[in-house]
Amino acid sequence: MRAALSTLEVSRPRDLAHAVKLMHVAPGAERPTPLAGGTDLLVYLNAGIHAGLRFVDLWGLRELRGIRTAGDGVRLGALATFSEIREHALLRLRLPALVAAAAEVGGRQIQNRATVGGNVANASPAGDSLPALMALDAAVHVRSVRGERTIPFASLYRGYRDLALAPDDLITAVAVPFPPPRSRQFFRKVGTRRAQSISKVVMAGVLRLGRDGRVDHIRLAWGSVAPVTLRAGRAEAALSGVAPSPAAAARARAELMGDIAPIDDIRSDRDYRLAVAGNLLEQFLRSADPRFARGQGR
Amino acid sequence: MTSRATLTFTVNGRRRRVTVPPMKRLLDVLREDCRLPGTKEGCGEGECGACTVLIDGRTVNSCLVPAVQAHGAAIRTVEGLARGPRLTALQQAFVAMGGAQCGICTPGILLSAHELLVRARGRVPGDPEVREALAGNLCRCTGYQKIVDAVRAAARSARPASRRRPAASRARPAPSGARRAGAKRRPAGKIRRTLR
Repeated sequence: MRAALSTLEVSRPRDLAHAVKLMHVAPGAERPTPLAGGTDLLVYLNAGIHAGLRFVDLWGLRELRGIRTAGDGVRLGALATFSEIREHALLRLRLPALVAAAAEVGGRQIQNRATVGGNVANASPAGDSLPALMALDAAVHVRSVRGERTIPFASLYRGYRDLALAPDDLITAVAVPFPPPRSRQFFRKVGTRRAQSISKVVMAGVLRLGRDGRVDHIRLAWGSVAPVTLRAGRAEAALSGVAPSPAAAARARAELMGDIAPIDDIRSDRDYRLAVAGNLLEQFLRSADPRFARGQGR
Repeated sequence: MTSRATLTFTVNGRRRRVTVPPMKRLLDVLREDCRLPGTKEGCGEGECGACTVLIDGRTVNSCLVPAVQAHGAAIRTVEGLARGPRLTALQQAFVAMGGAQCGICTPGILLSAHELLVRARGRVPGDPEVREALAGNLCRCTGYQKIVDAVRAAARSARPASRRRPAASRARPAPSGARRAGAKRRPAGKIRRTLR
């Protein structure tokens, strides 16, 4: 059942410091749920599966908005929307995997409202931007009454929808460094329908070949194939230091089967996901090295 | 903290002030408090796009926007497209080309297409671009082709007029070109009756 609307209370903080204070509550009191673009939270509310009665509306906080360059990378304010990400000229140039992910989160209506901080906080194993952020070595900035911290994406998800955050931590930004020069980025989402469907398998990758033609930087990250978004460490190890080839791809594909643990669920089944995950890995390797693509024909 | 909030915003250029529970869906505020039932509810979970409206020029699913976040915003609903009896190029093209059947998805599709045409700034978007822009709007009647055709026809018909205008007024597909496009197929009076 939906909670009666009139029982839901919303606080609208003046600024970030005020929001952080509102998140810090006395023991036993209900901790408010942060509200950003609402594209996940309102779904839960409308379906009657969100138990909380208190909310902190972050939408008006300018400190959490905007995309700006920071060092050799960018700082995405937690409230940066997927539309802002996909339309940002510098991101299109330097972070195409993230831009591709942003362009496939729901339809335009969702992209205009859904935020990167919200996608990270919602922590769905099918979250589309999460493999891209993970493959790009992103880090999450959080703030609480105790101060600020930065958590690398690689150690953010401890288990199913379990973030390495304190309950009163607010995500303030996501920092994304630019990958090494000459690296190739990849993003591919496979769902029931090309648009507007939740992923059966989602993958992002970053790969660079050194001057000798061998892989000297590789990140492979996956969604919808485990309880959490994860890096495929064994597949990465199988490819590090080797030249992409059909044989190397076959070895990496075999290792990948030990990295991921997809399940049968309403959207797909385990065997299909294993097959698609392997296919996406091969597609990425083929796209990253034209010699490999030619070798495929022989 | 209150369980009701007094909020002000504009809807189709008109100032509105409502006192509602802050988490009430914008969809319900528009339909019940503003008495604008043109915005439809389909799935209620952000999948179908029937409830699409513009907030500050951008499409949103109004079933997923809490009223409190509309405070201070400029909202445009399907009722705000036509000027009195004068339909926009987009609306005329939908009528002329059979882009609407049962009509439940049509208000949302018009607003998504409107956002696309504003973004295209007088360029006629290709078929795949229209389909991508409408990916968040589901139609169970038409099979989409006539909708896509109508959006592209509207972009074409609005083009000559928009070139004569400064950039700011390109935002609205020009009605003069639209009338010409619609007139080819149906008399204006009939178009009006069909949509109203």
